[in-house]
Amino acid sequence: MTARLARTLGWLALAAVLAASPVRAERLIVSVSNHRVTVTPNYSGEELVLFGSVEKDATTPANRTYDLVVTVAGPRADMVTRRKERRFGIWINTDSRQFLQVPTYLALFSNRPFDAIASPEVQRRQQLGLNNVLLTQRVGPDYADVVPDDAFRSAFVRLRKQHGLYREETSAVTFLTPTLFRTGIPLPAEVPIGLYNVEIKLFAEGALVAKTDTAFEIVKVGFEQFVATTARQNGFVYGLVTAFMALMTGWMASIVFRKD
Amino acid sequence: MQLYLPIADIPVNVFLILAMGAAVGFVSGMFGIGGGFLMTPLLIFVGIAPAVAVASVASHIAASSFSGAISYWRRRAIDPVLAVVLLSGGSLGTALGVWTFTLLRSLGQLDLMIATSYVILLTTVGGLMFWEGLRALLRARRGGPVTTRRPGSHVWIHGLPLKMRFKRSKIYLSVIPVVVIGLAIGFIGAVMGIGGGFILVPLLIYVLRVPTSTVIGTSMVLTLVTMVFATMLHAVTNHLVDAVLALILMVGGVTGAQFGARAGQKIRGEHLRLLLGLLVLAVGIRFAVELVIRPEDLFTVRETGVTG
Repeated sequence: MTARLARTLGWLALAAVLAASPVRAERLIVSVSNHRVTVTPNYSGEELVLFGSVEKDATTPANRTYDLVVTVAGPRADMVTRRKERRFGIWINTDSRQFLQVPTYLALFSNRPFDAIASPEVQRRQQLGLNNVLLTQRVGPDYADVVPDDAFRSAFVRLRKQHGLYREETSAVTFLTPTLFRTGIPLPAEVPIGLYNVEIKLFAEGALVAKTDTAFEIVKVGFEQFVATTARQNGFVYGLVTAFMALMTGWMASIVFRKD
Repeated sequence: MQLYLPIADIPVNVFLILAMGAAVGFVSGMFGIGGGFLMTPLLIFVGIAPAVAVASVASHIAASSFSGAISYWRRRAIDPVLAVVLLSGGSLGTALGVWTFTLLRSLGQLDLMIATSYVILLTTVGGLMFWEGLRALLRARRGGPVTTRRPGSHVWIHGLPLKMRFKRSKIYLSVIPVVVIGLAIGFIGAVMGIGGGFILVPLLIYVLRVPTSTVIGTSMVLTLVTMVFATMLHAVTNHLVDAVLALILMVGGVTGAQFGARAGQKIRGEHLRLLLGLLVLAVGIRFAVELVIRPEDLFTVRETGVTG
């Protein structure tokens, strides 16, 4: 009995080890052109470049063709999508859904359409494409993601797309050689400040063969950072200075434009 | 020239904001009002979050009303006693307003609240002013006596207790309605991001029967103090005052106001009131239309809090 249990446990442990370190035939090496994007007074968006290559080893089957999916996710936040309805003749927000801890920026890039890369099942499991990315909603007391064509979910994605904050481009990744790839990561001016995670997934014959991630951050520096942190941490002093600035401006104007 | 705003978190064109400040300043100088009811919607229109717009406009109005108040003080057109009594109500009202603002923001109905209060206030006040201006104009045209003496000297307001004498305005009045009006203006100002001058001036004239000579100056003092107070409170509680945005607005605003004031002196009083009434009414109707017609997009997305 005890021996049998021990043997079972042993098998389980072995299985766990095997699952944790599968035989890796490919390895991904990537780099982002800039790991620290600084927001200065003249900042108006930027475009980063992600470079990478697929490293093969002896076990790699020859002449494998690869597909690559890059997912860039910005800092997470709670967001609310509201729907307006006509009540008493005016359009007011009635129904709303809260999206919990969803990325404020989300970009999915690949070298060809997701349908060509993997089966729908794999696409769902690997969250390929905006339709398959997990966006947790609070529906009443429950937490769940819903079907991609849910009205609130699709409106949410559509509005984020309009602002360039959510994007999906299935031809953005280019293979310069069969193993060397690059993609641009466009960051519009209103991208949120914070840490961005970049996840790179390599597919071959419809299955995930390698995965790696990297990150970059968008930070305010100098004056912008000074103002933002002061406003947050020393609200009182910040308010006083702003009010004083207002009075000075008003006083200066009355002197400059004094008629007599 | 693009400039990144540290609190609003978007880049804006400095000259556009400066021009907006100057244009609104011109109007505010011309009519002796703060101009917040024009500035806030304009800022929202260029893409600044309503909450940031409301909070930042407060300091902009403080600047323009301070420069106005200084020149009225030189002309002895401010009733300090009346201003102090109004302020005692005004400060309380502002505190209540900022508190309500924070509450509404968390409930997600801030936009609707701002829009409906704009519609109700602006159409009512604008309509009344327009009507009054039109009547005064017609009276003047018919050659009738232009009544400078305010009619109906005894209303229920004069029966209230706690009377006191406001020397410079030459009125003897209960402090209760004065405090209540101050409170209402402070509240409205903090919630809607407006100075409330365009409501306060008619209230002082028609309800309290304060003479026109001291009305605008006194109202500016009230606007000044409530807006400084609102700036402080918004900075402390909501952290949403964008000082860079405010500074650009102020510089444009105070400059525009000087030219506006000069233009305003060339126009007759009734015409001025008629024009202001029209302007206020127009803004109110614009907001009403927005509420009534089917919006282009029924959905809106808003961040409720960054926690990760």
